[in-house]
Amino acid sequence: MALWLSPATFVWMVLMIATCASTWWLKSGASTSMLATAAILVIAAVKVRLVITHFMELKDAPIKWRLFFEAWVVIFPGIVLAGFWLARA
Amino acid sequence: MEMSSSLTATTRRLPGDPGVWIFVGADMLMFGLFFSSFVVGRSKNLDLYNLSQQALNFNYGGINTLILLTSSWFVVLAVHAAKMNRVKLIPHLLAAAALCGLAFCSLKVVEYTEKFNHGISMLTNDFFMYYFILTGIHFLHVIAGTVLLFVLWKKARAGAYGSHRYIGLESGATYWHMVDLLWIILFPLLYLMR
Repeated sequence: MALWLSPATFVWMVLMIATCASTWWLKSGASTSMLATAAILVIAAVKVRLVITHFMELKDAPIKWRLFFEAWVVIFPGIVLAGFWLARA
Repeated sequence: MEMSSSLTATTRRLPGDPGVWIFVGADMLMFGLFFSSFVVGRSKNLDLYNLSQQALNFNYGGINTLILLTSSWFVVLAVHAAKMNRVKLIPHLLAAAALCGLAFCSLKVVEYTEKFNHGISMLTNDFFMYYFILTGIHFLHVIAGTVLLFVLWKKARAGAYGSHRYIGLESGATYWHMVDLLWIILFPLLYLMR
């Protein structure tokens, strides 16, 4: 079987497309600033989770390790989103 | 039923050296606090932060995200190649990953130079202090990771990795994915969100 025919390649393609959407499409939607900002952050958090589960292979790791990193994905983007929401102009 | 559950219990494993995971976890907590601190600073001076952000070129950050993601993908394939004992492929994939690391560094130097030429430095204001410190600490992680990838590449060329020897390779991969992951948050936080 060809090496690149793996789920990781599919994940990589999703990550690349999501990055392009955030950077060159959502960023230009300046009129709906808070909504675009929230979308950009949620997409980033989903991307981080994909890296953690598929690239770092934590989906197959002992549950306590997986929980720590999954918690990080919720807590810190959560703090960032709350901070942007509270400070919105 | 019992057999299948005991099977999943034995196949659950942490890739690489657990020590690397503790370092990675601690590093991610540190960056998490940096992100939180940035958000607090921003809430106290919203107009300054939003105005300063416009001086950043998000194309650099976006392209560098694509570069790191691609580098991570090459590293994933290198680990897969080791597990499948496709020994000859491993150094090629690691070289590709390391070259992506170099590309990130080059673009970062171009970006910093542009800022300095426009008279922007760490002392310009609070936003740029965060910008230079956060991207600077991350940049040091990328430099260390790129050196690490070249070391792994050299070892792979000497035949150090295969289907029974890949713990060191996995440990390096774990670190490199963390560098990618931190940039995935850092880039939108500094360049995109407003």
